[in-house]
Amino acid sequence: MAELTMRDALNQALHQEMERDPRVIVIGEDVSGGAGGTSGKRDAAGGIFGVTKGLLPRFGEARVIDTPISESAIVGLANGAALAGMRPVAELMFADFVGVSLDQIFNQMAKFRYMFGGKAQTPVVLRMAMGAGMNAAAQHSQTIYPMLSAIPGLKVAVPSTPADAKGMLAAAIRDDDPVIFFEHKALYSRKGDVPEGEYLVPFGEAALLRQGRDVTVVAIGRMVHFAAKAVDKLAAEGITCDLIDMRTTSPIDEEAILESLSQTGRLVVVDESNPICSIASEIASMAATKGFHDLRAPVQKITAPHTPVPFARELERIYVPSPNDIEAAIRAVMKEV
Amino acid sequence: MQQSPDQIRQAYRQMRLIREFEERLHVENPKGEIAGFTHLYSGQEAIAVGVCENLRETDYIISTHRGHGHCLARGCDPKGMMHEIYGRADGLCKGRGGSMHIADLTKGMLGANGIVGAGQPIAVGAALACKARGDGSVSVSFTGDGASNQGTVFEAMNMAVVLKLPKLFVLENNGYSEHTGASYGIGSDLKTRTEAFGIPVWEADGFDYFSVYEAAAKALEYIRAGNGPAAVLAVATRYFGHFEGDPQNYRAKDEVKNFRETVDALKQIREKVTGAGIFTVEELDAIDAEVLALIDASVESARTGPVPGADILLSDVYIDY
Ligand SMILES: Cc1ncc(C[n+]2csc(CCOP(=O)(O)OP(=O)(O)O)c2C)c(N)n1
Ligand SMILES: [Mg+2]
Repeated sequence: MAELTMRDALNQALHQEMERDPRVIVIGEDVSGGAGGTSGKRDAAGGIFGVTKGLLPRFGEARVIDTPISESAIVGLANGAALAGMRPVAELMFADFVGVSLDQIFNQMAKFRYMFGGKAQTPVVLRMAMGAGMNAAAQHSQTIYPMLSAIPGLKVAVPSTPADAKGMLAAAIRDDDPVIFFEHKALYSRKGDVPEGEYLVPFGEAALLRQGRDVTVVAIGRMVHFAAKAVDKLAAEGITCDLIDMRTTSPIDEEAILESLSQTGRLVVVDESNPICSIASEIASMAATKGFHDLRAPVQKITAPHTPVPFARELERIYVPSPNDIEAAIRAVMKEV
Repeated sequence: MQQSPDQIRQAYRQMRLIREFEERLHVENPKGEIAGFTHLYSGQEAIAVGVCENLRETDYIISTHRGHGHCLARGCDPKGMMHEIYGRADGLCKGRGGSMHIADLTKGMLGANGIVGAGQPIAVGAALACKARGDGSVSVSFTGDGASNQGTVFEAMNMAVVLKLPKLFVLENNGYSEHTGASYGIGSDLKTRTEAFGIPVWEADGFDYFSVYEAAAKALEYIRAGNGPAAVLAVATRYFGHFEGDPQNYRAKDEVKNFRETVDALKQIREKVTGAGIFTVEELDAIDAEVLALIDASVESARTGPVPGADILLSDVYIDY
């Protein structure tokens, strides 16, 4: 184990996977940077969040490919290279830029295997930074995993810790299906213990981070940490919760959630996305359809409001669900008999 | 194309306003009161002002992530902008947009835009409305060298030609697309590529107000005569990093210093107008002082402006009937 930031854990996974498999290539804007610049320094950026730093010096320009600003062609490039035998890891910088490249994602990569009679595979990993927390406003802060999790054929990963980030990125690269890989920008500098060698976290297996009797708290991405704060605080008062980190929103580990719900009878779901058609809605629906007889209180959904992400610090602070909101929701389900 | 002293005074003031607005933000930014991403326009003032001084009230412009210069050149209120950048409830966009999304529809300013390449098709739509209205108005988009590689820009160019719309494409080559040199991303060159769509290109020195003004005047004359879209291609540089805080590893050490000392847009216009005897140094200095006082006052009031609350967070998602 070594203590690493999520940024460095992701970087390590990329290094290890590129070392292991020559078909792995990295594509995106400024994934290295400095090309055509006047300092003559390549790897001047290493990705705008530094996740792809050092890859170009190690693996060269043929495998670490800086592109023009052309998101549609970036994802298309990854799709075509994947169909032709490569294993591209493409980066879209901000998840919001999915908007520019959506056709290549949801009409193309997601559908090839099915549409082409099971004969095609598109092992693309599409990395992108998501979430509020940097006051980057409406077009650079969105949480869009619900939208992409709704598309059959895509797998969707949302790691919350450095170890998961490493293990899930490596698993994503080895997966023969397209994976949308969301990195929360407020978590890049967060540290945690990370296994040093080869490390894989399988998709569709949630993590049980706290064990309790009273409430099942399900959270995703950055919200896992906020939920942990609320859960730990309430534990001191004797209210104990199961805290489940979903880790992937497609596939969803239904079993883990339903199993916990059957013990606690109370469910709080925390999701940074907008409320309508959110993952919180999906989990609430699952509880209603498959866990109905276990429920002792109405499910509490904690999400952002139905608004774009605002800019000002004070507005973003109200927009993002807080540990206090989660605590209140847990108390609310405890009040119901 | 002779410009009156009044026009030149106005242009100089606008350029000074942009320069000092941005230089001041560069000083304020590290203090931590300004949130989010701030992309500064210093170095490119002559382009925004050279184009916008040609525009009429009914024309439209659309900007980019590096929008302050375009907004100011189009007449957006500097104080309202400053309050927006500080995230104040009385900012131009109620603190919801910030630096990257300043807009003032009452001024025909269709917004700064955080999505690179999104503005161009929108501006083509505004050009369609101009044509439908038949009042001779035009629509202008600003496009960086990096943005010029976005498919949306190609589509917008072709669409504007096909529909013969009153649309000016202003191509601003400032040498960089984030951390990558312009030459890396553009396979051909901007002039040839734009012309290949059937769009005539007027080239300008992006550090020289008069050069940009004249190129834009010619392009707009062509457009307003009903010939369809045209383009202005101007080359300059940005004085600061891509965003505030950018270490600029991609850039030679003295690159900006050299530009500032030789071809700087403000330096050039000052030398030209004082050399030609249009204004004295003292007259220009007086404009500078007025601008600096305006910016001081804007920053001062922005720092203590009203903080937005839940009502602002939750309103305007839809129309309120
Ligand atoms: C669709 C999209 N892709 C990428 C980005 C990230 N980004 C913001 S500005 C920028 C570079 C733009 O370069 P250029 O058009 O030359 O404008 P400049 O920054 O030089 O003014 C990039 C890649 C973005 N905001 N939107
Ligand atoms: Mg540029």
